Amino acid sequence: MTTATDVHAHDDHHEHHPAGIMRWLTTTNHKDIGTMYLTFSLIMFLVGGMMILGVRAELFKPGLQLMRPEFFNQLIGVHALVMIFAALMPAATGFANWLLPLQLGAPDMALPRLNNWGFWLLPPAAILLTLPFTLALFGIGDGAVATGWTLYAPLSVQGGLGVDFAIFSIHLLGISSVLGSINIIVTIFNMRAPGMTLMKMPLFAWGWLITAFLLIATIPVLAGAVTMLLTDRHFGTHFFDAAGGGDPILFQHLFWFFGHPEVYILLLPVWGFIPHILSAFTRKPVYGYKAQVYSFWAIGILSVVVWAHHFLTVGMPVPALLYFMYSTMSISLPLAVLFFCWIANMWKGSMSFETPMLFATGWIILFGIGGLTGLVLADVAADAQYHHSYFVVAHFHYTLFAGGIMGVMAGVYFWLPKMTGRMYNEKLGKLHFWLTAIAFNMTFIPQFFLGLAGMPRRIPDYALQFADFNMISSISAFVLGLSQLLFVYNIVSCVRGHGEKAADKPWEGAEGLEWTLSSPPPYHSFTEQPVIK
Amino acid sequence: MATEAHHYYVPNPSPYPFILSTGLLLMTSGFIFNINHYAPGVWMMLLGFLCVLYVLYGWFGRIIGESEGGAYSKWEDRSFRIGMIVFISSEVAFFAAFFGALFFMRRIAIPELASFDHDFTMYKSFTDAWPSAGPGGVVLGHAYEVPKFTPMSAWGIPAINTLILLTSGATVTWAHWGLLKNNRQQLIIGLFLTVALGIAFLCLQAFEYHHAYTEMGLTLGTGAYGATFFMLTGFHGFHVTLGTIMLIVILMRSMKGHFTSDHHFAFEGVAWYWHFVDVVWLLLFVLVYWL
Repeated sequence: MTTATDVHAHDDHHEHHPAGIMRWLTTTNHKDIGTMYLTFSLIMFLVGGMMILGVRAELFKPGLQLMRPEFFNQLIGVHALVMIFAALMPAATGFANWLLPLQLGAPDMALPRLNNWGFWLLPPAAILLTLPFTLALFGIGDGAVATGWTLYAPLSVQGGLGVDFAIFSIHLLGISSVLGSINIIVTIFNMRAPGMTLMKMPLFAWGWLITAFLLIATIPVLAGAVTMLLTDRHFGTHFFDAAGGGDPILFQHLFWFFGHPEVYILLLPVWGFIPHILSAFTRKPVYGYKAQVYSFWAIGILSVVVWAHHFLTVGMPVPALLYFMYSTMSISLPLAVLFFCWIANMWKGSMSFETPMLFATGWIILFGIGGLTGLVLADVAADAQYHHSYFVVAHFHYTLFAGGIMGVMAGVYFWLPKMTGRMYNEKLGKLHFWLTAIAFNMTFIPQFFLGLAGMPRRIPDYALQFADFNMISSISAFVLGLSQLLFVYNIVSCVRGHGEKAADKPWEGAEGLEWTLSSPPPYHSFTEQPVIK
Repeated sequence: MATEAHHYYVPNPSPYPFILSTGLLLMTSGFIFNINHYAPGVWMMLLGFLCVLYVLYGWFGRIIGESEGGAYSKWEDRSFRIGMIVFISSEVAFFAAFFGALFFMRRIAIPELASFDHDFTMYKSFTDAWPSAGPGGVVLGHAYEVPKFTPMSAWGIPAINTLILLTSGATVTWAHWGLLKNNRQQLIIGLFLTVALGIAFLCLQAFEYHHAYTEMGLTLGTGAYGATFFMLTGFHGFHVTLGTIMLIVILMRSMKGHFTSDHHFAFEGVAWYWHFVDVVWLLLFVLVYWL
């Protein structure tokens, strides 16, 4: 606490920043930028959520009710792109901006102006992604990208104006991710407090370091793939066209070389902060720190050599199928290590279940289901049945909604008192958790069965036999969507300064440098770096 | 780490990132309108480009000012160095995508197209050979006839270009030695030679493209070969262009007396970039031109 006041007094002259909108447009402060990332992420989470509620409304009963199939296709594709690139990734980057300097004992991120640019590329990218919806209303083009988020050739080579917008949106998002990763890698390598060796770093920093490496290795490949798509569409190349000696499957290889590590890009930051939460609410130190770090590395490395399991049915030689099956399944070994560490962390702990802990424990179970159903899909023989069915949809929502977004929510409730200086409403938080967890399962468990029964994904209509489960899924999806308003309410009331004042260390068992600062922390975090013993 | 008794330099609020993003939004959306034949596209691109130019001038000017004003110590310097290494790594991954496409087409897609049973394929006379412009067929409703073309030989201009780039790698290192022992003349002459070699490379490359388009029948639309050839060499050429511009800036700064023997990250960053471009060229020479 004394450190915090000292820093504050010392740094007073630095607090001058432009007021109003100019503060946010020009800021170089890691907390301001983190706040912008998190706010943007929350807004886009709601936007992407509304898109998919449109889809679920259409799927409420068989037949076409509300929209043309083209518009349905646009909604599902843009929903995925928005949720992945504009909701989940910015949430992780927002946390990195807020927490890394606090946890590493740094004055700020290493490259503050680049940091600001990284954020301000996101709104233009979101505009590019969604503008074609509006343009179509004025008779320009035929709406947003309608190929699904994977942009598979040759459909995307034939698609309309929306595909071009998606391509450049991905370019801007890619630049933003590369900038963010550069900044995070540099911050972790160069800004740690004296004495904080790499193996003393918080696990959140470790998770993000591997994430940043993955982004640097794979995002440019995606940029290359969509550039080839652009030249195939407009400049006469034949990358994805058999007539010219190209191959549409080449696009799938390039896309999933990025796309599979992307899964871990979304999950590693969450795996990073879940142990902090578990340790705080079990009043025990993080269990198996080294094992977790090595598992992060193992998963990071394995994730770039397994990509073709996303298209096992496309027609590959049997040795390739076997390789991709076994390498994919081998990821479950380090992942199992992580699961056992999380469970062991809770073993005989004196646990209490405040909202962050509820989310963290719920997260372990639901993400576990996501991981286990992934093993089923990795099996070449079984995948022939499940591929491109609702089973896949349910599987990746267990990993990305439960494993990703619910993990982020755990982090939000955990650090919100630190960020805003106010306690959220515990009752509403718990209600939010239970509504989310129940509605989420009610939405997606039926989809497992729909997929097993053969309902294909990305089709606006379905056979009568699927009607009941789809109805349950749609109703639950609306409950899930509406219950997020509690989340928004809790955040907004903390930000606006309602609620109880938060102590510097609001959670009894929490450990880490960020809890030594005041709540909210001073504008510049550690101008004098603390020394770690 | 922070063993130096020094406060890390955190710059004041800056308008440049936001203007740059706005410029990029205008350029990308303008480009999309342009290739889809909507009129205002060109003007949006132009306006966006002006924003980007303004930011490049202002932002880099600001950094140069801060650097010469002594704002950066060893600590900040290390940030820039790590950052530059990571950035170049991401560029490597970008080129890897195109090399991967080349590998896939040559070793997987084309052999497979040529291997189908004659009773079941329309590509009856197509054989597995490289360079290939594909078997021909209908592309998105338009007939694609396999164009007659001459592949690019490695032992003409490309070999000369290889020598030029290798020499330029040597001259930039020689310039660096000059800087390290405070020999400003060697620094400036070395940089000047490097820039001149870079420009010579670009001129020869432009000549080669012109020759390919007008006399060899080799264009971007020449199937697998044309696409990989022009995209790989084109992106490389674009990177050489950027590198040359960066070298010119460094040359002008050297002539103004910037940099000291122990404080010259900008020089080294550009030199690393130049070496990276050099290595990519060697891969291109072997995998695209030669084999």
